[in-house]
Amino acid sequence: MEPLDRVRAVLSKYRDPALARKLVQKIWETARDLSRVRIMHVCGTHEWTITHWGIRALLPDNVEVRAGPGCPVCITPASDIDVAVGLALDGVHVLTYGDMSRAKGSRMISLEDCAAEGGRVGVVYSFMDAVRIAASNPDKEYVFLGAGFETTAPTVAYFVLKGLPRNLKVLSAHRYVPPAVGLLAESEDLEIDAFINPGHASTVSGMRAYKPYFDKCGKPMVFAGFEPIDVLVAIYMVLRQLRDRAPRMENEYVRSVTWEGNLKAQRALQEVFDFEDGYWRGVAIISESAMNFKEKFSQVDARRAYGLEHGRGDYFPSEARCAEIIKGIIDPPDCPLYMKTCTPSTPVGPAMVGLEGTCRIWAQNRILVKDIRCMSGACGLNREARSVRRL
Amino acid sequence: MEVDDKISIAHGAGGLYMHKLIKEHILPRFKQRRVVEVPLSLLADSAVVDGIAFTTDSYTVKPLFFPGGDIGRLSVSGTVNDLSVVGGEPLAISCALVIEEGFEIKKLDKILSSMEEAAEEAGVEIVTGDTKVVERGKLDEMIINTAGIGRRSPYLDRNLEKAASDGRSLKSRWLDPRNVRPGDRLIVSGPIGDHAMTIIAARGELGFEAPGLKSDTAPLNHLMERVLEVGGVVAAKDPTRGGLAALLNEWSEATGLGILVKEALIPVRDEVRTGCEILGIDPLELACEGRVVLAVSEGLAEDVLEALRSHPLGREAEIIGWFSDEHEGVVVETEIGGLRYLPMPLGDPVPRIC
Repeated sequence: MEPLDRVRAVLSKYRDPALARKLVQKIWETARDLSRVRIMHVCGTHEWTITHWGIRALLPDNVEVRAGPGCPVCITPASDIDVAVGLALDGVHVLTYGDMSRAKGSRMISLEDCAAEGGRVGVVYSFMDAVRIAASNPDKEYVFLGAGFETTAPTVAYFVLKGLPRNLKVLSAHRYVPPAVGLLAESEDLEIDAFINPGHASTVSGMRAYKPYFDKCGKPMVFAGFEPIDVLVAIYMVLRQLRDRAPRMENEYVRSVTWEGNLKAQRALQEVFDFEDGYWRGVAIISESAMNFKEKFSQVDARRAYGLEHGRGDYFPSEARCAEIIKGIIDPPDCPLYMKTCTPSTPVGPAMVGLEGTCRIWAQNRILVKDIRCMSGACGLNREARSVRRL
Repeated sequence: MEVDDKISIAHGAGGLYMHKLIKEHILPRFKQRRVVEVPLSLLADSAVVDGIAFTTDSYTVKPLFFPGGDIGRLSVSGTVNDLSVVGGEPLAISCALVIEEGFEIKKLDKILSSMEEAAEEAGVEIVTGDTKVVERGKLDEMIINTAGIGRRSPYLDRNLEKAASDGRSLKSRWLDPRNVRPGDRLIVSGPIGDHAMTIIAARGELGFEAPGLKSDTAPLNHLMERVLEVGGVVAAKDPTRGGLAALLNEWSEATGLGILVKEALIPVRDEVRTGCEILGIDPLELACEGRVVLAVSEGLAEDVLEALRSHPLGREAEIIGWFSDEHEGVVVETEIGGLRYLPMPLGDPVPRIC
């Protein structure tokens, strides 16, 4: 069976235990010559790979991999959720992704909550569904709450260029990742030494989009894929660059990422959006990161059509430490709400809602980093790592 | 909308929600008036009353017919297995049919023949039953309920004695996780997830066919008999809804011990693994209907493994991990050697699997 064979090929190649062992050994050998290394990735899917495969337990104590703001739902401003809720309650049909519909705004109301109060909310898998729904219900008024990075934004741009149904507008909360990496690289709270850049977003933007930020910070940037071997290779590449004091932009994910990126998608984005200052919930206002509709596309821009403000304010539930988690300063278990009042079935903060949210991913794998450290030491389970540690 | 207001599919899916429903709504309303050896409150696969193991199960699988079995074979196997895993020797079972008006008699005949075939395989009698029909549209084809009784396996006493030769004190005279101690090995009798993935494929949800894949549905009483004859088994359970993940979490909770399993040692067929990858679900959460997980005294684990492998239904058995008092919860060593917890699933990823 062809689809099965294709999946099987990936599984055996990029999940090979013997290769993983070799890489872990290389990582330990390379890290021995280094002091503390703090690597940040900015992609929820990387966090899933790292957590699900238990990669942190394989790393030497001086190598830390932190999850940065890589979840579109998490960084969508509370004020954008508020205005979408307002529209839904005013009788506009608001369409968005499933996890986005569950993220709460500043009044602790999500689109899903407002649907229970009579708000008009629909969940779609992609913008294509929204276009189809609007086209087949011409007498109803639709707004698509578009969250996501350069991975999902091109679909919106493509259909906008093609021409949307008259009754469909877009509330763009789309964000562009490269400037965020630039900002994080300079952050003093984080003290990041190197980056694992997002494989899918970079497939669109190309490595070159990160060039100005790399030039400025001079920190290693490795573009990585999403299988466990990809991530281990990326960590090894980072450590090797640090050891050799030769930081550069290096591509691990050669089967997808290129220097130029997806030019067609980039052109569509450039044609439809202005890249302006934009707020990332919990992080900061990041220049040239918000994809806002150019004036000539006013007719599809929900902000212009309904006179909506751009979100600037921040809001998180009291006591919750979402902002620090989203930014990657603390781990989910450091938040007093984590797995107490805030769980995957009763999410309070956005990082527990988004499928790519750090809290959600950690909760699904019930991860407590401190336990992992003690597990690998005490239980004798992790022999490979321990024997490598003795080297 | 709170999940607690109304019954959802998750309440019947073998995970966290079902446990919550049982613990908060069912258990407190059924009082125990006499001494029961294995009472309801333990939520074991069978209760034991006056030395008789007793269990019941309803079957709602969709589709009714699937590669490797049908609802008939499933309804006998499931109940036989529930009796066997507490150390019972299945004797007799009941057959209660709830059928939708308009259901084809020919299909019914086929299902009933399957029941008889499975009963013959297991050596049990179908001795009582009930038939109800509901109006068209009020039920999706049919539901079968079976209940079963079994007497104490003649091998159980010696099996437990052998287990206790390592100095442990046994909390229960039956196969019971309360008998487990740190160091006990975990053995699974064969590849996991075949049944659930077969059902998923039979519903066309994979988007392509998975030839060669068939349900593992089978009565396990003879297999259990063989391992009890060898001795050293302290607890057993079949990983049905919620799969291995639910089973291991239940055992970790019941024993108060940590569990370590090595993902690389857990047998999973290629078709199941790749199907899971495509659907984004974890094979460890998939249901089996002809597999059993055993907790075995460390010194006897190899002997039990050998006994399993000498039986046609246990040929692919593996030791997959052990109990430990050095950590809490269920920890998985991933195939690449990393570590993560394996949480209790919220519910089975696939509804109406059994």
